[in-house]
Amino acid sequence: MERFYTFVFVAGVGCFGIAFVLSMVFPWMSLKEYHGMEYAKLDQLAAHPSVEFQQLEEAYPDAFKAVYPEGATPGNYAKALRAGRDLYIGQACWHCHSQYVRVVSNEEQRWGPPSEAYEYNNELNQPHLWGTRRVGPDLARLHGRHTNDWHIAHFLNPKDVTPYSVMPSYAYYFEPDGTPHEEGFALITYLQWLGTTFNPTHEQEVYPGGEGNE
Amino acid sequence: MATHSTDPQVPSDGRPLVSYPLIKYHLVAGGICVLISMLAGFLYSLQFLGYYPFPHSEALSPGHIRLFHTNFAAYGWLVNGFTGMCYYVIPRLTGYRVASEKLGWLIFWVWQFILLCMAGGFVHNRCQAIEWGETPTGFRPGSFELNWVPVDLLVTVGAVLVIVQLMVPLYKARAQKYYVTLWYFTSGLVWLALTYLMGNIIPEWVLPGAAGAAVTGLFIHDLVGLYVTPMGWGLMYFFVPLILRKPIWSHSLSVIGFWALAFFYPLGGVHHFLISPIPDYVEFGAISTTIAIEVVVTTVVVNFFMTLRGKWSALRTNMGIRWFYAGAVMYFITCFQCAFHVTWMFQKIIHFTDWVVGHAHMIMFGTFSFWLFGVIDWLWPRVVKREWYSARLKGWHFWLSTLGIAIMFLDLTMAGLIAGFMQKGLNPWSDMVTASVPFWWVRTFAGFLIITGLMCGLYNMWMTAKSDVVYVEEEHYISLAAD
Repeated sequence: MERFYTFVFVAGVGCFGIAFVLSMVFPWMSLKEYHGMEYAKLDQLAAHPSVEFQQLEEAYPDAFKAVYPEGATPGNYAKALRAGRDLYIGQACWHCHSQYVRVVSNEEQRWGPPSEAYEYNNELNQPHLWGTRRVGPDLARLHGRHTNDWHIAHFLNPKDVTPYSVMPSYAYYFEPDGTPHEEGFALITYLQWLGTTFNPTHEQEVYPGGEGNE
Repeated sequence: MATHSTDPQVPSDGRPLVSYPLIKYHLVAGGICVLISMLAGFLYSLQFLGYYPFPHSEALSPGHIRLFHTNFAAYGWLVNGFTGMCYYVIPRLTGYRVASEKLGWLIFWVWQFILLCMAGGFVHNRCQAIEWGETPTGFRPGSFELNWVPVDLLVTVGAVLVIVQLMVPLYKARAQKYYVTLWYFTSGLVWLALTYLMGNIIPEWVLPGAAGAAVTGLFIHDLVGLYVTPMGWGLMYFFVPLILRKPIWSHSLSVIGFWALAFFYPLGGVHHFLISPIPDYVEFGAISTTIAIEVVVTTVVVNFFMTLRGKWSALRTNMGIRWFYAGAVMYFITCFQCAFHVTWMFQKIIHFTDWVVGHAHMIMFGTFSFWLFGVIDWLWPRVVKREWYSARLKGWHFWLSTLGIAIMFLDLTMAGLIAGFMQKGLNPWSDMVTASVPFWWVRTFAGFLIITGLMCGLYNMWMTAKSDVVYVEEEHYISLAAD
């Protein structure tokens, strides 16, 4: 019993395999049958450039044109979303901000409706960015919560907007006057996208006691 | 038992069984990595206090520094340390040398190259969005266009080389009845390969969203539970009886401990994302098996403390034993805590808070790093062939580390509870942050203690290597080959 092959095949491959089936294959099969689970590619997600993306073009026409010569087209929106997400990953934003609202701890009152599986079944959630720590607030329902101007002021120096904040400044993605660089455009576009897969009509919702109300 | 001369160091063909230079290099690299990791952690903690020293640097942003902290701890310190340790333990238990010394040097340099590319990737915003697996894929997401060195591929190659290197003696000894340590090492190496491939391929390339999250949860869990933990317990089963010169108290408990770990541990992976869009039945399965693990842990810890019975004085006289048992106590505390906080009742409050950070530090530093320090205490004089430079520095290293991690753990646990209840109570976010700041100061102070302790330890290693007091091997020590 206590020999090489036992530990390679029974303990090694066998036990791992059981766990793999139970905690990967089973949830995957259940989720496949879940309502509204059609996988969305990036170009589908970006088919309708957001109001915020267009507002960035209006507010900073020259800087925007330098980065996106064709203007706020779906192609450029997709490009911005992808680049913004890559930056969100690369700067490890996801280690201090979560991206899912739970059904407990009054989270739906603070941030909005609890997250559902179908919201994450798209190219911009592969891999997902749920996170495991909230030093800052959850961002799953961020879209439209703040204006672009708020985001720019906040990135330049978070303490100017929320004096208690421990978030670092990301001023190097902006001019000193607030004009975004390519990274700044992308990051804000991505943040303003978060949560839109839940509510495709882009309706602004007000959450009592929520972030921004203090 | 394999055929070799009575001295386990020298097999019949005269070539040494154990390659000490390889062990030395791995331990030195591990020591450098743990220093990098801790300095990074210290720097990161300063951000929370508003004193971060590089606020205008994109490359050295706090987010990047956090990646350095965790990844150098896992891939730099633990992997180097465990590999060096295996180079000593596996040949001595099987009676066969590792596959090849040349391969050993290749692995060593490939691995340090991986760490270099990983660090370069982090400062260039190239990390992968998988916790504990942030090593860059090297590909632009969603395409096969290279944008950095494909570190994931290199790690896979490196891991395969390590596995070949260490599996060769294990395979040659397949006719032997294995000792407990080899159970853990053999399975741990298989698990390492499967875990790394699963965690880095499936969520990134195959399954999006919630289904992928179940896999990343499993990956976070398995990397600790199926690589670090087997290596850790394997070394405990080897070094504790070796130093105490008596066998482990109960073989049956060893059997229970191993097989229950193998069966239950990987089933708990999803507990990293509880009350999430992952189906509830999967979460409940993960919760119940996680609680089951606590029973297993108790049997193993009891086994080790019964082994210590009658030899309690070793805690005072032998620094290795002191590291090992301090680590075992903290292992028990961490797992005991886990059995509770894995439930939804605790998760509601503590999931996104500092509680979890305290838990992670207790296990990664308080247990596994302590055990590696214990291994170094045994191996370093034999590797550099010099007596330890200073017993007093060893004491400082131990006590500053213990004090530091104890303060950090209690502090972060309290901070987590306060923050968790404030979130539930719908206090403004500012209240939660403001209330946490004093705890973050204490955390930084605890980190300072830990780093000071580490400096004592590394300085002691350095001075030992430079000293001219030649180490003389103790007359008897038991060769723990298979019975």
